[in-house]
Amino acid sequence: MLKGKGIPIFITFLVGMIMIISFFIPHKPFGDIEKISLNWYSIIAGFTMLLGVDSLIGMHFRKLKRKDENWFFSLVLILGFTATVVVGIIETVRFGTAFDDKSYFTYIYNYFIVPLQSTMFSLLAFFIASAAYRAFRARNFDATLLLITAIIVMLGRVPLGEQISPYLPKFTEWIMQVPQMAAKRGIGLGISLGALGVSIRIILGIERSYLS
Amino acid sequence: MNFFIKLSKIDRRFIYLFIALVVVLPLIFKPKFPVVVSKPVQDVYDYIEKLPEGSNVLISIDYDAASMPEQQPFLEALLRQLFKNKLKPILIVQWQLGAPLGTMGLEKIAKEMGAVYGVDYINLGYRPGYVAQMVGIGKEIRDYFKVDYKNILLDSFPMMKNVHNYNDIALLVGLEAGSTYLAWIEYAGGRFKQKIALALNAVSAPDAYYFYQSGQIVGLVGGMKGAAEYEVLVDKPDLAVAGMASQSYSHLVIILFIVLGNIAYFIEKGMKNKEGGK
Repeated sequence: MLKGKGIPIFITFLVGMIMIISFFIPHKPFGDIEKISLNWYSIIAGFTMLLGVDSLIGMHFRKLKRKDENWFFSLVLILGFTATVVVGIIETVRFGTAFDDKSYFTYIYNYFIVPLQSTMFSLLAFFIASAAYRAFRARNFDATLLLITAIIVMLGRVPLGEQISPYLPKFTEWIMQVPQMAAKRGIGLGISLGALGVSIRIILGIERSYLS
Repeated sequence: MNFFIKLSKIDRRFIYLFIALVVVLPLIFKPKFPVVVSKPVQDVYDYIEKLPEGSNVLISIDYDAASMPEQQPFLEALLRQLFKNKLKPILIVQWQLGAPLGTMGLEKIAKEMGAVYGVDYINLGYRPGYVAQMVGIGKEIRDYFKVDYKNILLDSFPMMKNVHNYNDIALLVGLEAGSTYLAWIEYAGGRFKQKIALALNAVSAPDAYYFYQSGQIVGLVGGMKGAAEYEVLVDKPDLAVAGMASQSYSHLVIILFIVLGNIAYFIEKGMKNKEGGK
């Protein structure tokens, strides 16, 4: 009889095997079972958003309650989140979709979310420049090789490289297609084999850390 | 000597200021840079050019506003090519916050090219659980997208009457800011032999080169540079081409900073060695 941890291990084994078999034999009954599993996956994926929201709001409520450092930003987050949800619901009822041209939700999206996300990502350019200046040093042969390659690729990937020499973009393309790809492919194969190994260990019940 | 030592300890805010200037000034003065088309981008363009009139092209919006400067110009250039060649884009979204960007781009270019919703193009919006969708579309797209983004039944649109699964889609174009493209290659490409073209952010484009070389994707558009190349190919230079000057100068400034930083490093190292020798 299955008891304790044996039950989830058996379920994992059963589901894992069904998914593998249905990949190779997508006919009845495996095709149908796969379809049901995928529907469940979609529903569970939808609920993960709720979990994320619960975790985020819970954390900021606790920070606010304890008056931790920077508690004001937690307040801004909670107010911003609440306002967005309320406006989203009202506008969906009004227009049938939150993203109608006249909807305030679209306004929030265009004038708050888009600039905030763009700003966060564009800050990378400043941090990369500063970090490269301080940390990118030709300390040894490997670092020098990396430094020279980075400079060639940085120039070859922008039109300025073409202005300097028509061979620069071609050489950059060669770097991308040959040495870069050889390294990436090696890493990719390693990761894939690792993932395959872990998957088999989980399905066979050898790897049980997910239960703890 | 002292100048370089001082330079190595420069306040990082000066670096930020330099970067801001080289990004903003070219956008104001608009210097022209020739854009040379690379082979991976040319391959995407050529593949689409060869598609028969009326073919369906599935476009997956897998980015959000953070990647808008890199992906939105490509989306618009791609849509111009599709509508010009009488191909039919089907837009789906895997990143919730990308949905309005996809809709914005699609509606803008459809209006410009005189395309009719439901006849020449369609927008199916966002659904959660992308892996399930990717496998599910291989069987029946209606299992996941019964209605379009405005909740109108798919069967009420003429262009969707004969669209059921990947067999009815000539090409899948993924506009990717993250790693969703790996699942497209794994499920749509690997399992259902769907032809795929990818547009990736510059930072993740090198990761997809081996899929291009192995023929798992027909072509690859990398970052704003790739988008600029595509704008040149569709003969409509726009935002990406305009951004090339900023990108060129900012790369140049970063390189200059790296070189200066290294000169300062070697001078400092030399001085330390001398002091140690004494």
